[in-house]
Amino acid sequence: MAIFEWEEVAIEVDEDGFMQEPDEWSERVALALASTEGVEELTDEHWHLVHYLREYYQKFGIAPMIRKLCKESGFPLKKVYELFPSGPAKGACKVAGLAKPTGCV
Amino acid sequence: MPEDQMKPEELFQIDYKPPGKGWMETKPDIRRGKINWAAVPKSVEYLDLPNPRKWSPLDKDWKLPDNWKEIILEGMRERIHKFRTFQVFMDICVRCGACADKCHFFIGSGDPKNMPVLRAELLRAVYRKEFTLAGKLMGKMAGARDLTEDVLKEWFFYFFQCTECRRCSVFCPYGIDTAEITMMGRELLSLVGLEIDWVTTPIANCFRTGNHLGIQPHGFQDSIDFAVDDFKDLTGIKVEAPVNKKGAEILFIVPSADYFADPHYYGLLGYMALFHEIGLDYTYSSYASEGGNFGLFHSNQAMKRLNSKIYMEAERLGVKWIIGGECGHMWRVINQYMDTMNGPADFLEVPKSPITGTVFENTKATKMVHICEFTADLIKNDKLKLDKSRNDQWRVTFHDSCNPARAMGIIEEPRYVINSCCNHFFEMPENCIKEQTFCCGGGAGLGTDENMEMRMRGGLPRANAVKYVHDKYGVNVLTCMCAIDKAVLPALMDYWVPGVQVGAVHELVGNALVMKGEKEDRTDMRGEPFIGKETAKDV
Repeated sequence: MAIFEWEEVAIEVDEDGFMQEPDEWSERVALALASTEGVEELTDEHWHLVHYLREYYQKFGIAPMIRKLCKESGFPLKKVYELFPSGPAKGACKVAGLAKPTGCV
Repeated sequence: MPEDQMKPEELFQIDYKPPGKGWMETKPDIRRGKINWAAVPKSVEYLDLPNPRKWSPLDKDWKLPDNWKEIILEGMRERIHKFRTFQVFMDICVRCGACADKCHFFIGSGDPKNMPVLRAELLRAVYRKEFTLAGKLMGKMAGARDLTEDVLKEWFFYFFQCTECRRCSVFCPYGIDTAEITMMGRELLSLVGLEIDWVTTPIANCFRTGNHLGIQPHGFQDSIDFAVDDFKDLTGIKVEAPVNKKGAEILFIVPSADYFADPHYYGLLGYMALFHEIGLDYTYSSYASEGGNFGLFHSNQAMKRLNSKIYMEAERLGVKWIIGGECGHMWRVINQYMDTMNGPADFLEVPKSPITGTVFENTKATKMVHICEFTADLIKNDKLKLDKSRNDQWRVTFHDSCNPARAMGIIEEPRYVINSCCNHFFEMPENCIKEQTFCCGGGAGLGTDENMEMRMRGGLPRANAVKYVHDKYGVNVLTCMCAIDKAVLPALMDYWVPGVQVGAVHELVGNALVMKGEKEDRTDMRGEPFIGKETAKDV
């Protein structure tokens, strides 16, 4: 575990760069995390996905299932990968400040 | 896969020549790609386990307690007395080597310490030194070894390079259960705080919310509701999927990934289709919302605690018996440990199918029936209308998941179900299926990104067999009935056999099942039109 710093942002992350305290998330943090994912700029489509994930997370304390994410965001999985090359869990969820899911996933 | 990792053609160059030095002098190659991250202190604390702290297996200092050696040796002493199998397995191995080349990690890495005999020898050598007269007197001559910090690190490295799949045990003339040796090794490591996060955090989550993912009851309900709506969109049929319904006949337990991840989810839709069509009176539980039991990968104590909630919930809800979904290691816990740990489940009835009247005598002790047994029985009794052509998009092979195959002998049932649901099924070669099945490479909590190189190495024998049927018969889907398989096999296929998808057995069932009231343009579980039913818009 380490402190990740980007511009004025300093957050605690795990070995894979996921936030340790999801409640400390902000849009600036999202930009910081996106920089680790090779996502240069967050477009409206990126924010649409990130805000969807945040809202779900705030309600349920976890990421939604992938199928639900695609259906409710209106983005097919291919599109999610275009936006976040590491995919929904390792890319989009990371930028949205969610913890890494564990178990048989 | 991170870019710094080897390409398949490089990884495939495996050196089977042992190192020049003796095994006791050869140090492990501890680096990213071959290890799993340490458990986060929060999860260790949550479970009241010893020595919570931040540490990394890549650091030199593992921050062990000062008296770590005393703790480990006392732990060994206690377990030798408590578990007869442990002592027997320590004593009886004659080092014949029958197991040596049976391990997928050895085949894929060439590392002699991944020969099951030598991996177990890491414990045995210390056992001899501390607990046998010959070892105490003659030391190294008698194969004894001092327990040092380096030895302990070697334990950690190699006991988290065993997936407890038990393929080696099939070939052992003494029937030594190598998984139990690994389990003992991991229990001992846990006593001094050497835990991996992918095992300990799921256990902590499971205690806290009922499942490894940490999904809370309202999240569970939300996921099931979503699946019900999604199923209606696909088929036009509104199914019931009750949660915590008291007095239901059957409690249905699934691995949590079934209602979270792809491609697991398509199997969940398959269960829903099946149960709706036969009108089964069943319920999910938001407390026992996990079939998997990562306790098996940690310690007997954790395994027992996780297993108990399935039965507590069966009692609370007042069901008659239990069906278990497509879960792998859950079945080893159920079949081989449950009755001793949490049994007898005498408040339940011997399972009897309400549709066919078949009594599942084989589940008298556990009261828990495997979904493939249940479905196979329905098909055998001609209770389902199945249209095999609805799976014509697939050329199917089947990966026997280690635990259902080897720990409970569910071998013919899934094949019978698959063959009843599709026209194109092709077996992989005999010596790597059924009870000789090869592991997916990521079982027992090792399915992490940081362990990717070992996963690709360990999964090579399985992938190689898939490649054989892919090249020869054009196989394009690897079906399986374990959530870990479904999680780790897609990466394995992408790496070694691109173009092969991974699917659930009950995904095929959901596709093939002809349902009353289904809409004209219903699709398969993935939302794709059936072959021959594509509309102009789909093409």
